[in-house]
Amino acid sequence: MTMIDRPWIGIGRIEDIPQLGARRIEAGYMTIGLFRTAGDEVFAIEDKCPHKGGPLSQGIVHDGCVTCPLHNMVISLTTGETQGPDEGTVRTFRTRIQDGEIQLSGEDLAAAANAVRAA
Amino acid sequence: MQKLVVIGAGMASGRVLETLFETDPSAYEVTLFNAEPRGNYNRIMLSPVLSGEKSFEEIVTHDDAWYAGNHVTCRFGEKVVSIDRERKIVTGKNGELAYDKLIIATGSSPFIVPVEGRDLPGVIAYRDLDDTNTMIEVSGDREARAIVIGGGLLGLEAAAGLRLRGMEVTVLHLSGHLMERQLDEAAGFLLRKDLEKRGIEVMTKASTQKILGTDKVEGVELADGTVLKADLVVMAVGIRPSVEIAKQAGLAVNRAIAVNAQMQTSDPDIYAVGECVEYNGTLFGLVAPLYEQAKVLAKSLLGENDAFVVKELSTKLKVTGCDLFSAGDFAEGEIREDVVLRDPALGIYKRLVIENDRLIGAVMYGDTSDSNWFFDLIRDKTPIAEMRDTLIFGPAYQGGSPLDPMAAVAALPDDAEICGCNGVCKVKITGAITAKGLTSLDEVRAHTKASSSCGTCTGLVEQLMSLTLGDAFDPNAVKPMCGCTALSHDDVRRLIKAKELKSIPEVQQELQWSTPNGCAKCRPALNYYLVADWPDEYADDYQSRFINERVHANIQKDGTYSVVPRMWGGVTSSKELRAIADVVDKFEIPTVKVTGGQRIDMLGIRKEDLPAVWADLGQAGFVSGQAYAKGLRTVKTCVGTDWCRFGTQDSTGLGIRIEKFMWGSWTPAKLKMAVSGCPRNCAEATCKDIGIICVDSGFDIHFAGAAGLDIKGTEILGHVDTDDEVLEHVVALAQMYREQGHYLERIYKWAKRIGLDEIRRQIMKDHAARRAYYERFVFSQKFAQIDPWSERVSGKDKHEFQPMAELEFAQAAE
Repeated sequence: MTMIDRPWIGIGRIEDIPQLGARRIEAGYMTIGLFRTAGDEVFAIEDKCPHKGGPLSQGIVHDGCVTCPLHNMVISLTTGETQGPDEGTVRTFRTRIQDGEIQLSGEDLAAAANAVRAA
Repeated sequence: MQKLVVIGAGMASGRVLETLFETDPSAYEVTLFNAEPRGNYNRIMLSPVLSGEKSFEEIVTHDDAWYAGNHVTCRFGEKVVSIDRERKIVTGKNGELAYDKLIIATGSSPFIVPVEGRDLPGVIAYRDLDDTNTMIEVSGDREARAIVIGGGLLGLEAAAGLRLRGMEVTVLHLSGHLMERQLDEAAGFLLRKDLEKRGIEVMTKASTQKILGTDKVEGVELADGTVLKADLVVMAVGIRPSVEIAKQAGLAVNRAIAVNAQMQTSDPDIYAVGECVEYNGTLFGLVAPLYEQAKVLAKSLLGENDAFVVKELSTKLKVTGCDLFSAGDFAEGEIREDVVLRDPALGIYKRLVIENDRLIGAVMYGDTSDSNWFFDLIRDKTPIAEMRDTLIFGPAYQGGSPLDPMAAVAALPDDAEICGCNGVCKVKITGAITAKGLTSLDEVRAHTKASSSCGTCTGLVEQLMSLTLGDAFDPNAVKPMCGCTALSHDDVRRLIKAKELKSIPEVQQELQWSTPNGCAKCRPALNYYLVADWPDEYADDYQSRFINERVHANIQKDGTYSVVPRMWGGVTSSKELRAIADVVDKFEIPTVKVTGGQRIDMLGIRKEDLPAVWADLGQAGFVSGQAYAKGLRTVKTCVGTDWCRFGTQDSTGLGIRIEKFMWGSWTPAKLKMAVSGCPRNCAEATCKDIGIICVDSGFDIHFAGAAGLDIKGTEILGHVDTDDEVLEHVVALAQMYREQGHYLERIYKWAKRIGLDEIRRQIMKDHAARRAYYERFVFSQKFAQIDPWSERVSGKDKHEFQPMAELEFAQAAE
């Protein structure tokens, strides 16, 4: 199966994630955090804080950001960038919702997988 | 560049260097010797360090970066042994150094009473950081007794600090009343009464005969034969200028090193400054004239003309809660008149000494708010005939209606001295605020130095800021809870109750939060306040809890969790240990560790395994130990009368009873407790949030200890006779803290904010209040005592522990 056939991959329903909460997706080569905001937007970013690798999916979600549970870095869910004076970026994945189903960009997944493989 | 060598890194020479570098940083290449192995710190703030109100770091004036930035070569810990004036060379322990100009700032050394036993370990002076640290160390032993010889400024500050650290303290004073050089008898008496109220024993007319002890100090014998026990003797009878090096070098020395108004010694290339100098027959011990000298010296070094003038001095005591002030001359004399005001009920005493229509001296105790005004009258020799009748009531009563304090400050002339320590006048402060756009007290301190030494003028400086900045400055500016609101924790807690706000969105809406969902700081705080205030109605918002409280385990650095089952009072059994061993084997748990709170910690558990681990532990009867919670953690115990030959009560049973009663309760920050069966205190109850020490006659309840970032012995709440009473008092105290504490504020910080006496009053004395607290706690426990582990074993929050999806590698990668 190629990316051209399956550009979007369904991974579950929006109600599986609590509002202002998060879930994890095990992709083998990396863990992805899936976040649901108060406005029912869903964002996917790598579940690994650029500071010390903390699992961002375990943090507190507020507005468009998540605060890492280990040392309180605040990461933007839209850009993957660390907020405030800290520096660092995590990989982001495009998402969309079709009839309540959350879908992840196959292209972004493939790019992440290839990047991990190359490294 | 010319070579400047400075002997002694104290406050006076520090100020010389500051002024020098500010005016012309490239004039001299500076080498600084100091016998103490550290640089310049604010020596007059050692008292707050001793009492624990400040840390040493907070009183450092010049840190390594400052010296480096100004290219000062520091030779700290090195004593200078001689000066060769012919060759213009000083010799330190580690070698010689040439100078063009030399400053002697050797300060003073404490005067040690020449009695037998003065060299014993445990006999110290109160002069530098090492002395302070020795005192802090000895005071750690709770039953230790200290004797302070000397009831002057320094001795009393030492006594108050040691008392705050929990020591039994006696002050021995040779004269008939305390601080006889600054206070008259009446004020000395009021001061003595205030100190005695704090538990400091004062003996006047007490002459020390000898210090007793063989290997270390054991006591003090007085001239009248009285023997007092002591583990520490602090000598604070006075200082004498350190002039040996100057004498050796052949400089003119009387009682101290003689200088002219330019601070030059008898050798024009050698200057002296500080406590080691004598000018016109006067010696100097307070900081204000030293800073004045420093300014003059720096100018002299740069070839500018300035002259030192001896000014009138005032004194304030830095013992929190003892307000006293003295200035000028207050000895009685034939042509002098006294005006005296006494209010015994309020403990107020004021005395003014008038000579020839001028105020020449003032002593005040209990209310010193107008002291600066009186001091200005003395200094400026203002004629006072017109206000003679109302003079003693202060500036507010001079003509017309009483002024409010702000107006009084506004009425001060521009050259009125605000900060005595640093010689900063009103216009310098208001000028800096306007010119530099200063808005906070710290900024004003940084730019003007006002209020940066002893801090007693802080109130005045704040009033000046209000005056200059108007509404833009709020001295009581409360710290907002977080960036989402301007309200403080206190305001939010009050409004939650007053407006009956019962959910996080409601709070955010009603209190006008600036962000849609708050942040990781305010959400957990709001969640706690709502849980604490509306235990029956509020639905706990798990998304507003930190991960540990959401999944009831402690997150570790690698994203795994640790699990701590409750072991009531720290007691376990073979059955429980076997069950733990089986769980460890089954789930291949990598580390098992005994905690500081008498529990067993299993570390390195994968999140997915948590419910299964809990299921097995639950089978063996374990519930969650809440080792992750801002809530009741552990009650440590010793074995008490069950086993111990010293035990006075059933400490184990009492600890278990308290833990079973209080488990599950949420508190502002973690709450750790302990019960010790006797004063030997094996359960270490005196550094806990709440601790109980069993004694023969019942139970001493302690609280507000700390043994983390801060270390602090507990305070005593009170004594009760039965274990039922212990439970009621402890529970009531915890509830009071639950209702008033700021989120993440440990009980010792809350207690400091509220005041120990107020807490004692409500819990120990006001029986109705205590009962009401107790009952509110009991009510809230109805909704709190549900074991979170068994809930999750039965399926609650299943989503937390499972990944939402698992993607095949091939599915993603091409």
